[in-house]
Amino acid sequence: MSDQHLHHPLDLAPGDEEEVRVGPRLLGYCVGFALAILLTLTSFFVAGTSLVWQPSIPVALIVLAIAQMGVHLVFFIHITTDPDNTNNILALAFGLLIVFLVVGGSLWIMAHLNENMPPMDQIMRMQR
Amino acid sequence: MTDAMLHGHGDPYLLGGRPHEGPASKRITTGYGFWIFLLSDIVMFSCFFAAYAVLSGQTAGGPKGAELFDLRSVAAETAFLLLSSFTCGLAMIAADVRNAFWYQIGMAVTCLLGLGFLALEFREFAELVGRGAGPTRSAFLSSFFTLVGCHGAHVSAGILWLLTMMAQVFAKGFRADIMRRLLCFALFWHALDIIWVAIFSVVYLLGSGT
Amino acid sequence: MLGKLTWAAIPFDQPIPLITGAAVLVIILAVIAWVVIAGHLPYLWREWITSVDHKRIGVMYTLLALVMLLRGFSDAIMMRAQQAIAFHSQGYLPPEHYNQIFSAHGTIMIFFVAMPFVIGLMNLVVPLQLGVRDVAFPTLNSVGFWLTATGALLVNVSLVVGEFARTGWLPYPPLSELSYSPGVGVDYYLWSLEISGVGTLVAGINLVTTVLKLRTKGMTYLRMPMFCWTTLASNLLIIAAFPILTATLAMLILDRYFGFHFFTNEAGGNVMMFMNLIWAWGHPEVYILVLPAFGIFSEVVPTFSGKPLFGYRSMVLATMAICIISFTVWLHHFFTMGAGPEVNAIFGIASMIIAVPTGVKIYNWLFTMYGGRVRFATPMMWSIGFMITFIIGGLTGVLVAVPPADFLLHNSLFLVAHFHNVIIGGVLFGAFAGYTYWFPKAFGFRLHEGWGKAAFWLWLTGFYVSFMPLYAVGFLGMTRRMQHYDVPEWRPWLMIAGIGALMILAAIICQVMQLVTSIRDRESLRDATGDPWDGRSLEWATASPPPVFNFAIPPDVTGEDAYWRMKADAREQVLAPAEPQYRDIEMPRNSPTGFVCAFFATVMGFALIWHIWWMVALGGIGAFATFVVFAWRDHDEYVIPAAEVARIDGINREARRASLNLAGSRS
Repeated sequence: MSDQHLHHPLDLAPGDEEEVRVGPRLLGYCVGFALAILLTLTSFFVAGTSLVWQPSIPVALIVLAIAQMGVHLVFFIHITTDPDNTNNILALAFGLLIVFLVVGGSLWIMAHLNENMPPMDQIMRMQR
Repeated sequence: MTDAMLHGHGDPYLLGGRPHEGPASKRITTGYGFWIFLLSDIVMFSCFFAAYAVLSGQTAGGPKGAELFDLRSVAAETAFLLLSSFTCGLAMIAADVRNAFWYQIGMAVTCLLGLGFLALEFREFAELVGRGAGPTRSAFLSSFFTLVGCHGAHVSAGILWLLTMMAQVFAKGFRADIMRRLLCFALFWHALDIIWVAIFSVVYLLGSGT
Repeated sequence: MLGKLTWAAIPFDQPIPLITGAAVLVIILAVIAWVVIAGHLPYLWREWITSVDHKRIGVMYTLLALVMLLRGFSDAIMMRAQQAIAFHSQGYLPPEHYNQIFSAHGTIMIFFVAMPFVIGLMNLVVPLQLGVRDVAFPTLNSVGFWLTATGALLVNVSLVVGEFARTGWLPYPPLSELSYSPGVGVDYYLWSLEISGVGTLVAGINLVTTVLKLRTKGMTYLRMPMFCWTTLASNLLIIAAFPILTATLAMLILDRYFGFHFFTNEAGGNVMMFMNLIWAWGHPEVYILVLPAFGIFSEVVPTFSGKPLFGYRSMVLATMAICIISFTVWLHHFFTMGAGPEVNAIFGIASMIIAVPTGVKIYNWLFTMYGGRVRFATPMMWSIGFMITFIIGGLTGVLVAVPPADFLLHNSLFLVAHFHNVIIGGVLFGAFAGYTYWFPKAFGFRLHEGWGKAAFWLWLTGFYVSFMPLYAVGFLGMTRRMQHYDVPEWRPWLMIAGIGALMILAAIICQVMQLVTSIRDRESLRDATGDPWDGRSLEWATASPPPVFNFAIPPDVTGEDAYWRMKADAREQVLAPAEPQYRDIEMPRNSPTGFVCAFFATVMGFALIWHIWWMVALGGIGAFATFVVFAWRDHDEYVIPAAEVARIDGINREARRASLNLAGSRS
């Protein structure tokens, strides 16, 4: 009763996928793995090379990181845009919203605080 | 009260939508609860990330990231963890088709790769401490060791969990509740790799560029 | 061998904690002795300590909250007494004690009174309102409760073994760093909250999953009672905010235990980052507390007005808006720390915006009452008292949300009055309303109305007499947490505030009397049918107290106010519905996991505080072993046969039929 995989279920547990045949599932993991390797190598390359316009490196690394996280979410955790995954995506979106508010907010606030009221040892170093 | 309201016309705004059949299955409930736990864990990591971002410039006259990070070691750690995510996925497929042999192989390989990751990280930490660049040297190093160390602690806990799951399947087979725990373990292990992506990008690659 | 622990940790030279501690210890030992000798231990172990039933766990949470209310209030009375007499004098509490008292007062009231109270009520009620048998993770529920109890235990142990923190209820560095607080006080605080924080997070995950994934057939989101919506919002906030607390306190622990430099004055540490992160948790925390209180009022007001809740959809929107906006205002707790006008302005505006959805809620409650036939039972009195009091508190909140005004009022007694105004007027009044409203559901008999009304009036007037003077004295320039003062203008106000504290003491005595007389007279206060208030939602469809499985047959819901519809249908048919087809019911087994886990957590916490490292290791191994043992069990459910379900359900159906016939014959 409680654990059967229904075909075309209304709701999927996060991490479960609709596909039950082994072949396509293996393929999915292999494709994800290959994409992840590609993105990782690109990241390491971009970080160390002088071929890329230097100021763009931080943005490039962040974009590549987000892409890799996406690959993990889609190919390993099987997050899809199907209606049966809606609850899972909403929860993820909520989590990401909080992360951006906390990290972004903290960086913004701390930058202003550090400029107006730096920690004591920084003030003392400035006075030397 | 109108007749319609009394006799249960429950969709007065005619929104339609799917009928609600009742409580969800145990697998969905367990998986979702663990998913939410993972999101809370990610919020916790984001605090350590925020602290790292704020303190990354505070080297207190000590060594900076660029002087300390060994990118070959980081690349190896990344390869180990990514491969372990892949083998974990394979182990889950084996579990779903109830193949105990390939399940145990997959999990054992995942375990070895995870241990390899931990060994490299432990060696990196020991080396840094030996060079006088331990976590008590500066705020930057405190935040570095905490962020990366927290991830390592999660990987260690994951390895303990992995060994427990190998033992459980060995002792009791692919019972429904054990399958639910495997679902949660897989989510955990993949999430750890996602967090590592953020760490090696933001801490090591960005950090070694400055 | 025992780390930093020596006999000197026991306060032989301080009469107040020594005598109090001895008295409490004697009472605890006496109670334990009575329980064991009278043979109640097996019952207690089987029915309560190892219970995974959400109703039992909810009651235990509430009991913890009420007991800790007494402890937190004694701290409050000591502070008011000190401030009433410490004019040009040191009073009776030296600074190092006074500082521990106000720190313990805040810590206990927020973490071990308000949080357990609302979590307990949500645990008790939400599965019943959703028409299901239990929360999503019953054993985890037990773990969460016992870990919270561990935190409360550690804080109270600090009274007699060692000392408590002197840093206030949020331990700002650098004062809380090792160099300025070398004692164990801050460590007691830190480990107690880290451990109970895990418990709270677990409760949050449980309740969110329950509301989102476990609702009875037909109960779509927009047919849920409002209390379930506020439970969802509050627990989403718990999941989002408590990790921040865990991380920030962990960083302080690393500073203190391992010499890290997150918040130190040297080596690049940044003290302000603690403030930033801790308030990023701290502001959502107060909404975690008040949203369930709003939900309670949304249940009580319609029931005692005889009308459905006005503006259900706008209430849902307002609740979720508060949930999201509460994560965008936290800087208003440190406007004065130098972030500058741009940052202050944005957070100030957001802090004012968040008052709007709350206003929407107040209007909806008022419109619910308008045109209804209002019954002034005790829960309704608490609700009306809340509406007046919370509005005043909210107004002063909007005042301090204006950065220039806050520069004058920050950390004055005006601020203290504001937050007590909203926490007492909002959270505590809501919790008392819920306690009175759902007590008959939990125990099968109502609370005595007379004592209840007396308690309400004494609380209401006592609150105003206690805290309105603090607004005045805040405007006159008095800062918070003062152990003594010499400004004559402040004295009369502080003496009035002292009288207010005595009135609240009388109120609490009334509440104790209410409980005692209600238990003594429980037969005359019996709730025979399970629906003492003519309720509207599904919890009133069960017996009081409900059977372990809550509902014999899972209800099928067709609209809002599910139970109101069922009753209307039943009245039409004159009889109660025909006897349903009973089936076997599977229920989760009791488990000692929660209690044992908390035992090891207590051992670890105490050992970490006193630096007894071998004990830490043992505790950790024990905790892990507990999990493995739990994971290894083969039978996690037991079956209640259909015949037994029929028998239990039959009793309640008879009682309801009798009362319906009685009502029918009267009309």
